[in-house]
Amino acid sequence: MIPVAFDYERPDTVDAALALLAEHGEDATVLAGGHSLLPVMKLRLGAPELVIDIGRLADLNYIRVEGDEVAIGAGTRHRDLEASEVLATEVPLLPAVARTVGDPQVRHRGTIGGSLAHADPASDLPAAVLALNGTVVLRSARGERQVPITGFYTGVFSSVKEPDELIVEVRVPRTGAAGWAYEKFTRRSNDWAIVAVAVVDGRVGLVNMGPTPLRASATEAALAEGASIEDAAALADQATDPPADTAATREYRRHLARLLTKRALTTAAGV
Amino acid sequence: MSIMGTRVVRVEDPVFLTRGATYTDDLTDERLTGALHLTLVRSPLAHARITAIDVEGAREAPGVVAVITGADLDLPPALLFPAANKAMVRPWLATDVVRFVGEPVAAVLTEERYQGPDAADLVAVDYDPLPAVIDLKAAASDEVLLFPEAGTNTALGFGVEDAFDETLFDGCDVVVTREIVNQRLAAAPLETRAAAAVWGDDGRVTIFCSSQNAHIARDEIAGWLGVEKDTVHVILPDVGGGFGAKIGADPEFALVAALAKRAGRPVRWSESRSENMTGMGQGRAQLQTVTIGGSRDGKVQAYRIDVLADAGAYPRLGTYLPAFTRMMAPGTYDIPKVESRARVLVTTTTSTVAYRGAGRPEATAAIERAMDLFAAEIGMDPAEVRKLNVIAPEKFPFVTQGGVEYDSGEYAKAIERAQEAAGYAELRAEQAARRERGDARQLGIGVSSYVEITGGGAFAEDAAVEVHPDGTVTVLTGTSPHGQGHATAWAMLASDHLGIPIEKITVKHGDTDLIPRGSGTMGSRSLQTGGVAVYQAAGELVELAKQRAADLLEANVDDLEVDKSNASIVVKGAPGSKSVTFAQLAEQEKLAVSTTFDSKKPTFPFGAHVAVVEVDVESGKVTVERIVTVDDAGPVVNPLLAEGQRHGGIAQGISQALLEEVVYDEDGNPLTATFADYGFPSAAELPSFELVDQATPTPINPLGAKGIGEAGTIGATPAVQSAVVDALSHLGVRHIDMPTTPLRVWEAIQAASKGAK
Repeated sequence: MIPVAFDYERPDTVDAALALLAEHGEDATVLAGGHSLLPVMKLRLGAPELVIDIGRLADLNYIRVEGDEVAIGAGTRHRDLEASEVLATEVPLLPAVARTVGDPQVRHRGTIGGSLAHADPASDLPAAVLALNGTVVLRSARGERQVPITGFYTGVFSSVKEPDELIVEVRVPRTGAAGWAYEKFTRRSNDWAIVAVAVVDGRVGLVNMGPTPLRASATEAALAEGASIEDAAALADQATDPPADTAATREYRRHLARLLTKRALTTAAGV
Repeated sequence: MSIMGTRVVRVEDPVFLTRGATYTDDLTDERLTGALHLTLVRSPLAHARITAIDVEGAREAPGVVAVITGADLDLPPALLFPAANKAMVRPWLATDVVRFVGEPVAAVLTEERYQGPDAADLVAVDYDPLPAVIDLKAAASDEVLLFPEAGTNTALGFGVEDAFDETLFDGCDVVVTREIVNQRLAAAPLETRAAAAVWGDDGRVTIFCSSQNAHIARDEIAGWLGVEKDTVHVILPDVGGGFGAKIGADPEFALVAALAKRAGRPVRWSESRSENMTGMGQGRAQLQTVTIGGSRDGKVQAYRIDVLADAGAYPRLGTYLPAFTRMMAPGTYDIPKVESRARVLVTTTTSTVAYRGAGRPEATAAIERAMDLFAAEIGMDPAEVRKLNVIAPEKFPFVTQGGVEYDSGEYAKAIERAQEAAGYAELRAEQAARRERGDARQLGIGVSSYVEITGGGAFAEDAAVEVHPDGTVTVLTGTSPHGQGHATAWAMLASDHLGIPIEKITVKHGDTDLIPRGSGTMGSRSLQTGGVAVYQAAGELVELAKQRAADLLEANVDDLEVDKSNASIVVKGAPGSKSVTFAQLAEQEKLAVSTTFDSKKPTFPFGAHVAVVEVDVESGKVTVERIVTVDDAGPVVNPLLAEGQRHGGIAQGISQALLEEVVYDEDGNPLTATFADYGFPSAAELPSFELVDQATPTPINPLGAKGIGEAGTIGATPAVQSAVVDALSHLGVRHIDMPTTPLRVWEAIQAASKGAK
């Protein structure tokens, strides 16, 4: 439980962090909350040469309304999402999802940017941002670009983010009063989801149903065409590729995806 | 008013909650100054031949003082459990073959701890894989042998030489048989294993370690090192949980001592959580076949249990535990014919040892599942079937079919009181209503009746009590805590005789030089052996004090008594007359008593649990709504401590029923080696516990006390498992193996509905 030796930098500004990333690229890893990175390092499953600690960059920690969207700084902790009055009104799905992440200790450390960057298909926030049709703002010494979350993920623990890029912001549409729900199915309260389903405004995000967070596109299409919740939810596992492990078989995950989608849609519909 | 039976707050907690305990790894003892740090290179394969070990790269790594392989050690492999097959010996560091993932292969000693893992990574071991043996039936087939020289995978058999009685179930209206898995569990104490050793100029070795039993650890380590017991001095610092898996010593402790001698410097070792999850002994791991037969009106006439038990790679204490399972096979029931046998097999997995309950939860789970299967088959309420078959109170002491003498019991009363406290009839009505409505969340009610054996094995304990001239008291005890609260309870026991407040009483334990004899804490034995010894010693000290006071007070010894209000000896019925305090007597002459209490017999606590669960039949998720427990371990010294024991055990019992299982893949790779993967419970998974008190004294000791430490895992586990099955009984589900995970519950519902169609 002692990691391989590494260098450590704690830049004081985002630009300084980007300069370090530009210099070290793939040899560097960004440390935000550390609840994914540190276990990986302690188990020696990962051994970055340089750890760039952005945990204290205060200018990455904000939640504010910008036009039709809410902009969330990448360094915003799960706990801050949970407690945000802006989000409670404008994007109520996000605080509800954040509240289910790990335990209070984890939520006080983990960040939304870290969660999205880690690209774990079993994580809650990526699928929620996917259901929200959010946007990931990436910045590097080369400049800034905005990537729709629908095109962000490329596989397990991988995304289009380049090694010199840092997620600086997450933008999500203001969904306001649109129906939403998050159904998370776990073995224990603080476990990763076996399967979870985020529903907002008729869109459905799936957790742990494939190598990346997924949208239940067939369900969404059926709903758009006026199908009943029951019938639409029955399509939720279409085009998914769920993993099998000690907690669930592939078939059981497919069942849970359909069931939880039905429940989430029902809750979101307020019936 | 006597302090006995009162809710005295734990005296050890202020330090634990503020400064923190001092565990082995926290020690700053000057004897350990300059200690080297041990890091073990462990096998990544379950079963393989070692073809080469290259330590040259590691030897040159920063801070490395030595890299040692099995070939460098002059310690012969040891038979860790003496009654096991003599060929099944464990090398201290594997030389030819590794037999489980996590087996130590090489030892790295470094100046600083952080240097160890880097150096260990540089030890290159070449392995030639051998087939893993995980499944117990595969192990029993002897197709792949872990120890070819043994010629068998059977480490030990209990009753296997005799054939079963083919007529056992003759005359039964109904006979039900079922294979039941009592899954492998990790003890997972929050303090992982740790040891530190230093050799003195006198040729003795002092070993600080995390253990439940200093003296057993001393004797085992001495045996493994091939030295006299007197050569080994074991000291236990604070111990952060053990649950049976810290009984005695672990092989690593002896290795630490051997390496310290070899290096000529103290050596320290503290394992990581990852190491703990494969290196520390695990529990349970039985495959049981139960058969039960009886009449349609509910009388059980015959019961048989046939056990395959998993010893893991190298037989340890777990090899013996099926003997307890056999001993307690019939549980609380008066069954005319009972048969049992057990075969203990080696597999390419972590060794098994004791785990809270140690052989008895396995017995109870089996008979309780059998009773439910029988009840379902004849269509009778499971609680009624139990009450119809339990041993009647007037039959005690009761000798079972297996020749075990139960001391005292009120089994039917316990079931009835648990039912009453749970509101059993109302629960059944609620269950019926939910079934009628076809709710997604169905109610399940599980009932267990249990009896267990405690204080078995080692019956005697020493105790010494001394009052000092300043009025303080020192108590020496051969048992020691790993969370139980001995400092509080033992002080209460002494205080009850002496009238000296517990704040002035210091309880010392866990040092084999200070206290030469003892058997430590295991099998729920501490209070009824060590505690009774302290109680007896304090009583004897009062007698001694009276004799000495008689002259001073110019009174007959028989006319003297203790005035507990000021810890003095006074003349009976003569208030205001002369008195002398214990402290004053101690000023004149050392006032101390040493004694031994020998219970000669074990005790048999019992009880009944009712569990109420909600099962989401659409998803398979189980939520424990209530657990109501009647646990009767006789009179209670401190309800706070006893309830704490019940709480912990209930939590672990619920957790076995719902969550926990050590899983290996077919190649012997552990799949549950972190707390993310292993189903360790948290408070969020547990309801508030509803405890019902009942106290039937045992005649075996003067306190009337039986053991309470393991009641929860024995009673709660089958109650919760039964409740899960009960929630689904109307769908045709009769059994689900533990842990009853959402996946298993859902699959059982799927299978039942397919069967119905």
